[in-house]
Amino acid sequence: MRGNATTSLLRRLLYSLITIVGVAALVFVLLRMVPGNPVATLLGERADAETVERISSSLGLDKPLPVQFADYVLGALSGDFGESFTLGKPVVDLIGPAFMNTLRLAIAAALVAWVVGIACGLFAATHKGALVDRLFMGISLLGVSLPVFMVAMLLQYVFARYLHWLPVAGISDWTGYVLPAIALGWGSAGSVARLVRSSVIEELQQDYIDTARAKGRTKRQVLVLHALRNAMLPVITLMAMQFSGLLSGAFITETVFSINGIGRLSVQAITGRDIPLLQGTTLLIAFVIVMGNLVADLLYGISDPRVRKGV
Amino acid sequence: MDPSTGFDVLPMAEDEPGHVPASAAFDRIAYVLRRLARDHKTAIVSAVVIVLFVLGAVFAPVLTPYDYNDINLSQRLSPPSLEHLFGTDEGGRDILTRMLYGSRVSLIIGVVPTLLSIAAGTLIGMVAGYVGGKVDTVIMRVADVVMSFPSMLLAMVVMYTLGDGTINVFFTMVLVGWAGIARVVRSETLKLKEREYVEAARIMGVRPTRIMLRHLLPNCLPTIIVLFTLEVPSSILTESGLSFLGMGVQPPNASWGLMVSAGRVFLYHAPWLCFAPCLAIMVIVLAFNYLGDGLRDVLDPHLQSQ
Repeated sequence: MRGNATTSLLRRLLYSLITIVGVAALVFVLLRMVPGNPVATLLGERADAETVERISSSLGLDKPLPVQFADYVLGALSGDFGESFTLGKPVVDLIGPAFMNTLRLAIAAALVAWVVGIACGLFAATHKGALVDRLFMGISLLGVSLPVFMVAMLLQYVFARYLHWLPVAGISDWTGYVLPAIALGWGSAGSVARLVRSSVIEELQQDYIDTARAKGRTKRQVLVLHALRNAMLPVITLMAMQFSGLLSGAFITETVFSINGIGRLSVQAITGRDIPLLQGTTLLIAFVIVMGNLVADLLYGISDPRVRKGV
Repeated sequence: MDPSTGFDVLPMAEDEPGHVPASAAFDRIAYVLRRLARDHKTAIVSAVVIVLFVLGAVFAPVLTPYDYNDINLSQRLSPPSLEHLFGTDEGGRDILTRMLYGSRVSLIIGVVPTLLSIAAGTLIGMVAGYVGGKVDTVIMRVADVVMSFPSMLLAMVVMYTLGDGTINVFFTMVLVGWAGIARVVRSETLKLKEREYVEAARIMGVRPTRIMLRHLLPNCLPTIIVLFTLEVPSSILTESGLSFLGMGVQPPNASWGLMVSAGRVFLYHAPWLCFAPCLAIMVIVLAFNYLGDGLRDVLDPHLQSQ
């Protein structure tokens, strides 16, 4: 059923494309629904009507909305996202480096989330019902329930301010990533742990586990080579989706730790009423999320032959 | 037998297959409470905690001698004491008082927009699932667009357009929240649609709106209740995050996120400014999550945790 798989891949790609265009259109319309002329707001009260008009037309803000949108999409396709109102630089030059900072933070956070999550989940699954299991699962629910800013500030207070082990904020070397990565990855670690636990418990009840035990494999071999390997299927999908979430959900972490990433840039764009910059960051974030979902779908297909063959 | 025709009269509404009579609903609630009390004691404790918070919010003026906006500069930044159990903030205002009043904002923003987005999401999801075809495709594409925004960013963009303020936070939360609910209700509807009793009702000529209201909705209800208890904490977290970034509720109104944000400046020499509201957020969110977890196990074991 090779043809089937190709068409379903093409359909998914098309859906992803439609979603991205939809996001772009939604942001475009939302930002232009703001009452008043953004240029007038930007120039302040003392600007005369003529100047406002001249700058508006030089930015293309006087054209009808669909024309503006078409201009924007065509520009974006050739890598031109316009110029930031407040920072006076092309948006591409601003979101490029910011994205790299966010990417490093997201990788560090994902590392924290996955190592801690898989280890705790596996441990809880093999000690199902015991005190450690209930303790870990209780803590994992705590992980999902704590506001990010609370974890971030608590870490700052204890490890930076009180113990002086790590820098309070800003990135000068790798130590600067430790606290933000824990703050950001903490919640994801909780959900990975819960999924690994339930998935491993389910696999351990399968017949092939008995076969492996009967063959004389040690407990550890059975657990890691057989149960964990099969249990990872749903976990991989969750991880792919989480990674795009980590890349896009760092508004608060980046603000608390003063990291110049995409999240902080978006917050700055909103407080500065900087439409082109906000459009750029939003589009980038939506792109990352849509791609993350696509990769999650594909990974699921590759790792599970039942899905791959279209059964 | 109808004497005038000699045929059996068409079944009345109460006899329609799949209909849940009211007395059964009471039995069901009693059953759920019994199960919770037996297997999920934390869920019961959580429910009690939630009720206490609600009572605290309602009776705030009776519970505290201070006003939430009483500025008293001689008392500024005083640590927790018998007079001020959680200390005072940079304006000398009693933190416990502000927390009680803040819980009004945080609880209302947690519950009311969630109810609205549950209503909107259920309606949209049910129509998409039941009608199917092009309607379904279009609705689900729109839901995809909404869901490919991180909720925080979409909320920020909407707040930018509408401006700050409590009412606008309401709108924003509904606009962000309906899509996920619509998706779950849609898949539930697709499953229920194939059941025999829905088929039977359709063959009997029952109108689609009636099928949705009397057959699909009551059977989706367990799922919807669980979704509600799990959505409330995420709404509370979104509101506190928005307010923390300065884009939500505006001073002098008190909200927990706003209090943390204001207290952040004094984190090192007056940590109690952040401590109390953080604790409140943590406790209420945990309580709703535990309650939701318990309810899910009892009502809807198939619904996966998100």
